[in-house]
Amino acid sequence: MNIDPNARYTKTHEWVRPEGDAYSYGITDHAQSELSDIVFVDLPAIGDSFAPGDTIGVVESVKAASDLYMPMAGEIVAVNESLADAPESVNADPYGAGWIFKFKMADPAEFTRLLSADDYAQFTGD
Amino acid sequence: MPYIPVTEQDQREMLTEIGIHSVADLFEDVPVQHRFPDIKLPKAVSEIEVLDELYGMALKNSSTGCFATFLGAGAYNHFVPSAIPYLATRGEFLTAYTPYQPEVSQGTLQAIFEYQSMVAELTRMPVVNASHYDGATSMAEAAIMALNVANGKRHKIIIAPFVHPQYRQTLRTYLPGKQVTIVGDENPQASLSDLKAMVDSDTACLIIQNPTFFGDLLDVSNLAEAIHQAGALLIVVATPIMSLGLLTPPGEYGADIVVAEGQPLGGGMNFGGPYLGIFATREQLIRKMPGRLVGETTDTNGRRGYVLTLSTREQHIRREKATSNICTNQGLMALMAAMYLAYMGKQGMRQVAELCYHKAHYTAARIGQLAEYQVLNSGVFFNEFIVQCPRPVSEINQELLKKGILGGYDLEQDYPERKNQMLVCVTELNSQPQIDRFVEALLALQGV
Repeated sequence: MNIDPNARYTKTHEWVRPEGDAYSYGITDHAQSELSDIVFVDLPAIGDSFAPGDTIGVVESVKAASDLYMPMAGEIVAVNESLADAPESVNADPYGAGWIFKFKMADPAEFTRLLSADDYAQFTGD
Repeated sequence: MPYIPVTEQDQREMLTEIGIHSVADLFEDVPVQHRFPDIKLPKAVSEIEVLDELYGMALKNSSTGCFATFLGAGAYNHFVPSAIPYLATRGEFLTAYTPYQPEVSQGTLQAIFEYQSMVAELTRMPVVNASHYDGATSMAEAAIMALNVANGKRHKIIIAPFVHPQYRQTLRTYLPGKQVTIVGDENPQASLSDLKAMVDSDTACLIIQNPTFFGDLLDVSNLAEAIHQAGALLIVVATPIMSLGLLTPPGEYGADIVVAEGQPLGGGMNFGGPYLGIFATREQLIRKMPGRLVGETTDTNGRRGYVLTLSTREQHIRREKATSNICTNQGLMALMAAMYLAYMGKQGMRQVAELCYHKAHYTAARIGQLAEYQVLNSGVFFNEFIVQCPRPVSEINQELLKKGILGGYDLEQDYPERKNQMLVCVTELNSQPQIDRFVEALLALQGV
């Protein structure tokens, strides 16, 4: 199971990684493999703000549909438009081309409260 | 697929499994006095007597075939070619139920696929779903879809007063509990430009009917552009659907969602139901669309096959997130519409629409010559028009009925300011002698 050492993780199998003055967000390799072939990603809109625990989107595969949860407060600053035509990049490259959106974190200290790569690996049993 | 009921042994095994002795044990929670209520039925009679009684009841029915019919207003009296009921009532079609394991039912899926494809051509919309219950529920679902497209950020639905009153009522029935305001139709005189001016950043959609409930054709040039600029959707009720044989389809003037009553397409009037809800949209909005969508594909051997490309997902996997209660479709009615469209073809649809248009205009011209009647439509109309009558429409209709004529719709029922106004509908089924009889009957009711 592939885990990006530069990212931090949630127990609901999302990853968050600093990118300049914002953070990018996606689902983990473990999540994409559990969901199998992804056919649709329901993206939020730029400017959407959210509170901890909010659902911000949906990833739909041939097998199931799964909500995307936000572990902290913030605001969407970019979305990966290419997923509309190529949702399969979430399967092929979950930490790269399969990123879902970028956001500004209301309190950047929240980042360190997420699971580290090692903790996430332990959590998923890898 | 065969249907195999449970055997006595199955039943015993199931009862043992859940640890009870008899089926009656399952009903223990129902108070004893209500468990086996005494049902008072009349004494048994013979089949001959039953049939005699039923025939007696049936004779009290009338159908539009017994009258010269000038009543429309949402349910339309069109010709149903005999081939359609003959083919549609074949057992393979008639008894097919909604496909829960859809791919097993290739015939049902293909029929729905053909329906979707032909309605897409008729409305000029890229996506048509497998259908809804009727035009009114389609429209209510379209409004809910527009709210979902706006992700709950827009709270206003603008609906024209010239949308069918029952459709507007259905919309209001569907929406309580949502943080939404429905405006536009509080002013019965509101014009399309008045409504257009109401569209703002809180507006999810503007709903119009074209031709209007009163039969008028709207000037829709630049309408969609203005709506889209405000970030809202344009929903067009294309009732009567037969108008699309002749007029510019809503897909060509920028509609985002098109809904219509599909009953005129080979469905018959059926004493008010079952009807057919047509629902079409654009590709970009497909993920917010209620209902299901059948697609064509090839199997592993390269053979053509049909699948549920988009099923009612909420039914299976995200029920708590459901945005629509439509888990089924009007399979048989959609099939009949597909058969009708295939039977008529492009030319046939145009001919029916032209006949409706010309006969309606002939009727309007004749009525317009009567001293005490006046046709109120000022612009172009399709096959319905308003007649200002010298007396209450309900009275006139009673007199007409005595002469075997089913008069038009009494508009005062829904629009109190429209006193003595009758909405007259003319279709290809109204012969010239019928029309002349209608005009003469109206003439005879003058000055009474």
